[in-house]
Amino acid sequence: MQREALSKGFVYTLLIIGGLLMILPFVWMISTSLKAPNEVMIMPPKWIPDIFHWDNYVTAWTMAPFARYTLNSLVVVIASTIGELITTILAAYAFSRINFYGRDIAFAVLLGTMMVPGEVLLIPNFVTLANLGWIDQYEALIIPWLASIFSIFLLRQFFLSIPKELSFAAKIDGCSDFRFLWSIMVPLAKPALITIALLKAIGSWNAFLWPLIVTSSENMRTLPVGLTSFSTDAGTMYELLMAASTMIILPMIILYIILQKYIIEGVARAGIKG
Amino acid sequence: MNDTPTIGKTLKALLYLAPALLIIGTFNIYPIIKSFLMSFYTDYDYFKDIVNERGLSNYSYIFQDPEFWLSMKNTMIFVIGVVPISIILSLGIAVLLNQKIKFRGFFRTVYFIPFVTSVVAVSIVWRWIFHTQYGLLNHFLGFFGVSPIKWLSDPQMAMPALIILAVWKGLGYNIIIFLAGLQNINQQYYLAAKIDGASSWQRFKNITVPLLSSTTFFISIISIINSFKVFDEVFALFGGQPGPANSAQTVVYYIFNKFYGEWDFGVASAAAYALFIVIFILTLVQLYVGKRKVNY
Repeated sequence: MQREALSKGFVYTLLIIGGLLMILPFVWMISTSLKAPNEVMIMPPKWIPDIFHWDNYVTAWTMAPFARYTLNSLVVVIASTIGELITTILAAYAFSRINFYGRDIAFAVLLGTMMVPGEVLLIPNFVTLANLGWIDQYEALIIPWLASIFSIFLLRQFFLSIPKELSFAAKIDGCSDFRFLWSIMVPLAKPALITIALLKAIGSWNAFLWPLIVTSSENMRTLPVGLTSFSTDAGTMYELLMAASTMIILPMIILYIILQKYIIEGVARAGIKG
Repeated sequence: MNDTPTIGKTLKALLYLAPALLIIGTFNIYPIIKSFLMSFYTDYDYFKDIVNERGLSNYSYIFQDPEFWLSMKNTMIFVIGVVPISIILSLGIAVLLNQKIKFRGFFRTVYFIPFVTSVVAVSIVWRWIFHTQYGLLNHFLGFFGVSPIKWLSDPQMAMPALIILAVWKGLGYNIIIFLAGLQNINQQYYLAAKIDGASSWQRFKNITVPLLSSTTFFISIISIINSFKVFDEVFALFGGQPGPANSAQTVVYYIFNKFYGEWDFGVASAAAYALFIVIFILTLVQLYVGKRKVNY
């Protein structure tokens, strides 16, 4: 009994140390973001600033067009998430409920293409968008991301778990396919849809390489791209850099903490299925 | 119910699939082929999409380019550094979390936080933590008598810094997958082993590890593939440079440089395909080894 208590204590100690290592960078980020410039570069480091300099956030926000970056990021996140949900619902329905010619082959081909790293697609997609005249436009940031094979796969699996008898019953009652999908399947699949939307929103908010390549003017930059250019300007003004980083990191942490059930379950389910 | 494919059903399915297929076809499938073709374009006007010359010289160029091999080597070091450490740590933490402990959900939440954050933003935070003189990491290491390390300016230390950041960032994801795998193991095995007097290490070694091998296998594939594609961290950590003296130049960084820095689309496409082939071979090797070693 005593040995068990001892090992329990050991387990907690390890978990707490590990947990601290996970969140310390964020605590340090927020602490630095609230410091006066002369409190930043000192040894030993000071964890709690004498006065909380909230004005660092205002300074950072106005030093670079962060309002514009935020607007761009929000437009991209909202449009691509809604768009992806729509294309995913329709495609997953076809793959799970309609028996059509070539269905299994088409699905296998789609899954196979998931193996190709996105970097391979980068250059031709850039050329395509350039030919469409979409470079440095919202179209370039949104349209290529309006569908995801991974999401279709995830939702198809969920749709398959909904009993088929339900659709037979609805058909007998004279419900059209399309109405059945939107009024019965979609509400039933709400948890899966929330997971897909959240993973998409987080991925889209954090995306870097693609927005870096397809935007050239300051006005079209998203937050991560704007942050890297700001980091060149701010140089070693770490209190401002940390304030700007907090503005990008904190919204996703809050979103995650509120809706973590959907994110963690989604990640776990996708992982096991994969 | 007769449920066989008919032309009518196929047309209806096409209607449902049209929006997704239009996007996926244009931006996922077409570029796979196009990229392959582009890797043979040796003289190309992308504005007008006119190819003046084709050949193998892009491939011979990258295979003779020491910078390409340097980026391959760096990427390999990164993969070898990140994947085992991350798997061992996350498996350990997942096993601890899988015991009957309080605040399990809380710990799980905490460990997963870095995963949802912007790579670019956390890399900038870590740039500050890695600061030679005033950085938190050197401050802590100072307690153990370690003299300040030039994490970001010493070519020897750039890769370790990148590895630390990547392990920290990706740990939570692996923990979640391991936890899900652990919960699939029948508790009765442990009970039986306990009755037989097996120690906790023996139970871990003889029950957990073999029964978890398919999960470990999955995580290693995903980690290797993702580590091969490292880019955002490098860009943000070293302020738009591939590390001091190119010491953190990775394959994707090389592709990015050729494509976006030098506008050499042919060479960049060839490098991208080389990356694809490496990932493809690794997946096949893993599948082969996995089939033989994994206990389902």
